[in-house]
Amino acid sequence: MAEEEQKDKQQTEKPAEPPKPPQAAEPKAATPKPPPPPPGAKPAAPSKPKGPAQEPWSSPLVDAIKERFGDQFVKAYSFIGQNQIEVKKDRIVEIMAFLRDNDIVPFNYLADETAVHWPKEEQFEIVYILYSFTKNEHVRVKTRIKEWEEIESVVQVWTTADWLEREVYDMFGVRYANHPDLTRILLPEDWVGHPLRKDYDIRLQDVEWVRKHLGIDSGQKYYVGEARDETTDYITPSD
Amino acid sequence: MGPQHPSTHGVLQVKLKLDGERVIDARCVIGYLHRGVEKLAEAQTYAQYVPTLDRMDYIAAVSNCLGYCEAVEKLLGVTAPPRAQYIRVIMTELNRISSHLLWLGTHAIDLGAVTVFLYCFREREEILKIFENYCGARLTTHMFRIGGTQYEIYEGFQDQVRTFIKGFPQKVDEYETLLTENRIWIGRTRGVGVISGKDAIDLGVTGPSLRGSGVQWDLRKAKPYAVYADFEFDIPVGGVGDTYDRYMVRLEEMRQSTRIVAQAVEKIPAGPLMAKMSKIIKPPVGDVYHSIEAPKGELGYYIVSDGSTQAYRTRVRPPSFVNLQALRKMVAGHMVADVVAIIGTLDIVLGEIDR
Repeated sequence: MAEEEQKDKQQTEKPAEPPKPPQAAEPKAATPKPPPPPPGAKPAAPSKPKGPAQEPWSSPLVDAIKERFGDQFVKAYSFIGQNQIEVKKDRIVEIMAFLRDNDIVPFNYLADETAVHWPKEEQFEIVYILYSFTKNEHVRVKTRIKEWEEIESVVQVWTTADWLEREVYDMFGVRYANHPDLTRILLPEDWVGHPLRKDYDIRLQDVEWVRKHLGIDSGQKYYVGEARDETTDYITPSD
Repeated sequence: MGPQHPSTHGVLQVKLKLDGERVIDARCVIGYLHRGVEKLAEAQTYAQYVPTLDRMDYIAAVSNCLGYCEAVEKLLGVTAPPRAQYIRVIMTELNRISSHLLWLGTHAIDLGAVTVFLYCFREREEILKIFENYCGARLTTHMFRIGGTQYEIYEGFQDQVRTFIKGFPQKVDEYETLLTENRIWIGRTRGVGVISGKDAIDLGVTGPSLRGSGVQWDLRKAKPYAVYADFEFDIPVGGVGDTYDRYMVRLEEMRQSTRIVAQAVEKIPAGPLMAKMSKIIKPPVGDVYHSIEAPKGELGYYIVSDGSTQAYRTRVRPPSFVNLQALRKMVAGHMVADVVAIIGTLDIVLGEIDR
């Protein structure tokens, strides 16, 4: 009965549906009305200090990487005191193993591995956050891959990467080569799409999934998407 | 086992491969509570997003809030004024105690010691009352703001905290009389779920679970954030890394947190609560990783800003998620009943794992 009611509702609502602008526009309108006003701190200095810039960072470790993996090294810099190394993806496992085992700063702990989607360049940035227990130092290693490219898994270097990479796969669709068990971790196995990609609209609920498994209409406004090809579970909001 | 099982502390399903009563392999099925917390960040301003974080580790909401606010402050280049910092430390440490109390109570109840649960909740209630008096909420507190704190401490706050911390160490002793030398407790926890320090690091285990394995590492000491550098406290460590060690570590941590609160509450400096900053939070283009020692382990935030009012990407490094990964290694070879003990000892919160 509830279903029917829902259906009715849907039908009655349907005519009004199309012109609704996608939600993405709304937060923008809301931006001027922002954070809880800090009491006391009245109109503080118009804080527009262009922001801190990236500073080149050099250390014995960076030199060692340059020497060993010459062509793989892109750059090393420091941003607000946080050191970062950019490398190419081809020999990522070797670089990681080197970072773990070197004597200069042995990064024996992978704090986090995640990705950032840059749709304009059709790229994913894979970010590894490493920490060294002995030297008490953090470093971020970044590498970029094209959306359709694979990257070597670092599970063999740090076991903890197992679930972290599964999550990246789940959320971004990044494919890891030689991963022991590359399956979805947070979303159901038959979910379509990868929600943290920028082209996955926040409103986009997998209505099919909800209908199939829960037997109800989710009531969400959604875009009709279709997979671009079989290798990428790519959802494009097409209208 | 699970997802509807009282000892899984939420909706966790563990697929066990058994040989009789003995566990050969385990596979966790998670995601039942997935709400897309990281995706939500992309459609909200920095400040709007903070309350969402309280819903991750709802037992230690204050820590979540602190970590995020500090991460954004780092990106902005703002430091919260000392008065706010002290309030933050007091609240976070009280929250650590309450989180550990909840852990102790439920862990004990899983292993058949029902009494402890009642005692733990008695003290936890006192802490939640302080929270309620301070900000009106008990669990999802949204206590801090980016740049400081919103609320001034209420009248009688210091007295209430003092009364609590004065009596609390004895209460911890009380729990100890119930458990520490209890034969059943020792039988259920000694030698169960052993993990070596090296394996723990390799698996990314952090927090009390790592310290239970003898690795003396605490972000409050290693990379002091807030004003932790001002306080004296010790980092308790265990020996062999079994469930009993982790139990001892957490009990001692509660005492140490009491010590921190006792020092902090006596010297709350005067001054403003919010740093001077523009009302619209617009961090510079760039990224930042900031991690804090949450009750469960390293809670990290990785924020990528594109210079607008909304974060381009927000990544949460949840301690429970990574710690749970160690379950497979820890349960191998144990009895089914021990799985309950090991899930308990990892101190997981599914809201944080699934996000």
